[in-house]
Amino acid sequence: MIKAILIFNNHGKPRLIRFYQYFAEDMQQQIIRETFHLVSKRDDNVCNFLEGGSLIGGSDYKLIYRHYATLYFVFCVDSSESELGILDLIQVFVETLDKCFENVCELDLIFHMDKVHYILQEVVMGGMVLETNMNEIVAQVELQNRMEKSEVNQVI
Amino acid sequence: MPAPIRLRELIRTIRTARTQAEEREMIQKECAAIRSSFREEDNTYRCRNVAKLLYMHMLGYPAHFGQLECLKLIASQKFTDKRIGYLGAMLLLDERQDVHLLMTNCIKNDLNHSTQYVQGLSLCTLGCMGSSEMCRDLAGEVEKLLKTSNSYLRKKAALCAVHVIRKVPELMEMFLPATKNLLSEKNHGVLHTSVVLLTEMCERSPDMLSHFRKLVPQLVRILKNLIMSGYSPEHDVSGISDPFLQVRILRLLRILGKGDDDSSEAMNDILAQVATNTETSKNVGNAILYETVLTIMDIKSESGLRVLAINILGRFLLNNDKNIRYVALTSLLKTVQTDHNAVQRHRSTIVDCLKDLDVSIKRRAMELSFALVNGNNIRGMMKELLYFLDSCDPDFKADCASGIFLAAEKYAPSKRWHIDTVMRVLTTAGSYVRDDSVPNLIQLITNSVEMHAYTVQRLYKALLDDISQQPLVQVASWCIGEYGDLLVSGQLHCIILHT
Repeated sequence: MIKAILIFNNHGKPRLIRFYQYFAEDMQQQIIRETFHLVSKRDDNVCNFLEGGSLIGGSDYKLIYRHYATLYFVFCVDSSESELGILDLIQVFVETLDKCFENVCELDLIFHMDKVHYILQEVVMGGMVLETNMNEIVAQVELQNRMEKSEVNQVI
Repeated sequence: MPAPIRLRELIRTIRTARTQAEEREMIQKECAAIRSSFREEDNTYRCRNVAKLLYMHMLGYPAHFGQLECLKLIASQKFTDKRIGYLGAMLLLDERQDVHLLMTNCIKNDLNHSTQYVQGLSLCTLGCMGSSEMCRDLAGEVEKLLKTSNSYLRKKAALCAVHVIRKVPELMEMFLPATKNLLSEKNHGVLHTSVVLLTEMCERSPDMLSHFRKLVPQLVRILKNLIMSGYSPEHDVSGISDPFLQVRILRLLRILGKGDDDSSEAMNDILAQVATNTETSKNVGNAILYETVLTIMDIKSESGLRVLAINILGRFLLNNDKNIRYVALTSLLKTVQTDHNAVQRHRSTIVDCLKDLDVSIKRRAMELSFALVNGNNIRGMMKELLYFLDSCDPDFKADCASGIFLAAEKYAPSKRWHIDTVMRVLTTAGSYVRDDSVPNLIQLITNSVEMHAYTVQRLYKALLDDISQQPLVQVASWCIGEYGDLLVSGQLHCIILHT
C-alpha cells in the first residue's frame, strides 16, 4: 500500500501532498519536513530507496523517490509494493503529467494543484495502484475536464 | 460583495511574500474573506473558495472550517462542485470527524448517478476514506458496480471493494460471486485491480486462498499471453507488455503457490519462461525479473529453478544501476538461510559491494557478508570485514564490530587468530564497541591460558599507541592487572616478534 505521495521542490516547498492514511495536520507537515530532510541530502548517484524516517510510523515502510530537475517525487510505501515497480509508477505519473500539461514544469504544478490531484486520482486510489496506462489516464482526465468546462465558464 | 479572488490570483499573491510572516498575513486575510463568503451561503463561488482552502491547507494552514462546505459541494448538481468537493473531503475529512457520516447519502446517490465520472468520484472517495459504517451501508452498491461492464467503473469498484474488506472484513464473502469472471476481462485496468482484490482476499483468509488456487491456470495463461503477445502499442512500456500487470500477477501467484505443491508445479514453466525471456535493458524488465525471483524463492519450486533465481540476483549485483543492486542484496539476505550454498557462489561480488559509495547498499552488503561467513571462508571474509570496519561510516561501526565478534567466536581457526582479531577491532573501532562485549572479551582472554603473555603484551602496546578508546582501556587494564607479572618479566622481544 502507498501510504503517502509527496511532491516538493529543492527547497522543501510542498507542491502536492496526498496521504492515504490518516495523519493530523501538524503531523503531516512534520512528515513533509522530515522527508525533505532525508531525501535532499542524498547524492544524485545513490539508489532511490530510503529506509528510516520514523514519523510515518512503523518499520515496514520505505521512501521511494525520483528527482526531476527542481522537484522530488516521493512515494512512501509498505512492503506490499514492489520497489522497482513503484519507481516505474513514478515515471508513469510524471510522463502523464507531461502529456496533460504539455512539457510540464514546476509552475504547472504550482498553479494547477487541483488538476494534479485529479490526474493522480486516476493513477492511485485509496493507496493502491489503479491504472498504469498513460493514454487511458490522459483520456479520462481530458473527458472530465471537458465536463467541467461545459458547465460554466472557469469558476475556480 | 466582490467576487472572491480566483485560485491562481491567490497563488500569485502568496508567491510574492518575502517572509513567512508576510505569507501568514496574506493567508489570514484570505481566510477571513473565505469565511464571510461561506457565511453568505454563496453557491456560485463555493468551489473556488474550497479550492483556495485546499491550497492553503497544503502549505500547512488550518482549513477545518471548510469541511462542511465540502459536503455542500458534494451535494451540488454541478460536476465542477462535486469534483472539488470530493477532493476536499478526501484531504480534509476523515472518519474521526462526525461530519463525515453526512456524506453517506450523497455518496449513495452518486454511486448510482447517470454520469460515470460522478460515479467514479464517489467510488474513489469511498475507497479512500470510507469509515466502517459507510462501508457497511454502501457495500451493496460497490458489489453491484463490481459486476458492471463499464471498465472505468469496474476497476474502481474493485479497489473500493478492497477498502471495504479492510474496514469490515466480515463483508468479504459478499464480494465472492462478483470475482467469478473478473479475470476474463480484456481491459488491463480491470485485470490489474481485480488481481489486487484477489490478492487482498487471499491474504486475509486461508479459505479464500484455497478457493482461489483454482485460478492458477488462468493466471498463468494471462501471463503467458502478456509475454508472447508481441508488440501491443496500447500496453507497451519500453517493449514489454504491461509490466505492472505482470508484476501483480507474479505476486498473486507467489501467494497461491506458497506451501502448495500442485500450484507450484503449475507455475514452474511460466516462471522459468519469464526468468529467461525478459528483456533486462530497461528498469521495467528488471521489476518483472525481480518479482519472478521472489516468487520462485517463496513457492515450492524445483531446485534448478531456484538456482536460476539466485543467479539472476547474482547478475543484478553486477548491474550498473544502484537500485537493482540494492534490491538484489535485499532479496539475497532473505534467501541466504534457505539457499545458503547458492548464495555463497556470489560471495565475492557481495563483498565488493562493501566498497560501494551508497550507504544503503553498504549496509545490506555488510549484513549479507556476516550471514555468509562460515568455517571455510572465515580468514578471507574477516580480512574484508576488518578493512570495512576501518573505513566505514560511524553509524555502521557498532553493528560491524558486534558482527565480527560473533563470527570470530563461532569460526575462529585458532585462539591466536581470535585474539588478534579482537585486538584489531578494539584498536580500530574501540569507541564503538558495545559495552556487553567487554566482559565477553575478558572471558575469552581468561580461557586462552597459553595466550596470556602474548595478549597482555599486545594490549599494553596498544595502550601506548592510543589510550583514548574506553573498551580497549577497560580490557587492557583488567589484563595488565591479572597478568602484569608476565608483562614485567622482561619478555619484550615477544612483542616485536608477534606484531
